[in-house]
Amino acid sequence: MRASDTELAMPASAAEAVEAFGDGRGVTVFAGGTILMPEITHGRYPTGGRTLMLTRAGLEGITGDGRIEIGAMTRLADVAASGVEPLASAAGDVADPEVRSQATLGGNLCAPPGAESPRGDLQAALLAAGASVRSAGAGGERTDSIDEFLGRAHSEARLVLAVELERPRRAAYLSLRRAHAHSYAVMAVACAELADGIRVAAAGVGPRAVRLAAVERALAGGAAAAQAAGAATDGVTPHDDALASAWYRSQVLPTLVTRALERLQGG
Amino acid sequence: MELTVNGVTRAISSPPLTSLLQVLREELDVLSPKAGCQQGGCGACTVLLDGEPRRGCLVPVAAAEGHEITTVEGLGTPGDLSPIQAAFHQKYAAQCGYCTAGMLMASHALINRNGGREVQREQVIEALSGHICRCTGYVKIVDAVIAASRGDVDVEKEQGLLVAEPSEPAVEPKGAPA
Repeated sequence: MRASDTELAMPASAAEAVEAFGDGRGVTVFAGGTILMPEITHGRYPTGGRTLMLTRAGLEGITGDGRIEIGAMTRLADVAASGVEPLASAAGDVADPEVRSQATLGGNLCAPPGAESPRGDLQAALLAAGASVRSAGAGGERTDSIDEFLGRAHSEARLVLAVELERPRRAAYLSLRRAHAHSYAVMAVACAELADGIRVAAAGVGPRAVRLAAVERALAGGAAAAQAAGAATDGVTPHDDALASAWYRSQVLPTLVTRALERLQGG
Repeated sequence: MELTVNGVTRAISSPPLTSLLQVLREELDVLSPKAGCQQGGCGACTVLLDGEPRRGCLVPVAAAEGHEITTVEGLGTPGDLSPIQAAFHQKYAAQCGYCTAGMLMASHALINRNGGREVQREQVIEALSGHICRCTGYVKIVDAVIAASRGDVDVEKEQGLLVAEPSEPAVEPKGAPA
């Protein structure tokens, strides 16, 4: 497709963005553009629809202290510098400084599954932190738990406005990556201790990041890190892609979970 | 739309979702940013947007409007090299040259951000981590950036060693004045 074949809207405020998004039908939301620009350049962009570019919609910024709100258009570089864990570590681990200066939290949260490599490293960090997602779309504005939001992401069009979270008591993030700095992480594990227990999530083990519920249950039952991590692959179906095989992921995930939990517990 | 490149503003006619890289190279004839992977992975197209390094291939031109864009043509010319260009020449930091323009822009921005202090090796490695060189193996590149940050480069001497081509590339972008 040619880049001229899409109708472009550049809203100048959040309210304008919500109105232009409507029910989201036929709309491609353009945040930082680090995923979409190659699609355009290489002729894989959806044709005939509308593109909603959020660059000037004023959706960036990190506010609050106890309860923290992070605007959808906040750049990963700013999330990385925020000190809000495990999000900061996850954001700082993505690609390189130039990409992090352009890529956004909302874009990473809404990234569709990649054909060649996993995407959405921040999804795991948001799951572990028990974040909420404030979004607009059909039926108006709504706040969902991150679990609900990701669960419906494939079937419902939403315009993410911000994510909200309580600062976890402790958090850790750990990724497995190939030798070169720019590679996508093969897998990533985020964990956080909240008021009601420890949450553990993994990215790179399925189309979108998932909670490792069996590990969480084992921890709640008093299991040590390595013992709890033995359940890491329960309910998880790793996949083959250009970075690693499903077999490799299944073999390595428990070790990655063990190390992340040890880091959380200060071991 | 209008685009300001190296201090010169031009009217452009490319569609708004065209990459900045493509507009620079194909519409404005500004050829220092290189079209490497064109998917954000190699750094050869890096230019400055208001002084900050950005991938030219990942920035839609609509988002670049209203910002100051700087390319190597705006850093220095063969007769008037910038310190970072002279340092790359002095330290043999360029071989085939394909990655050099992106490396120069990211390095120049790093030195500016660092406020005139000597940059540390780890800072250079972090700042250039998205820039791939397939020739020199990075050591001379990192040395050049550190030397430039220390002012440890004889710009006059390096300039004298360069032989000007009979037809130097145009410094000003092509196209109609805005």
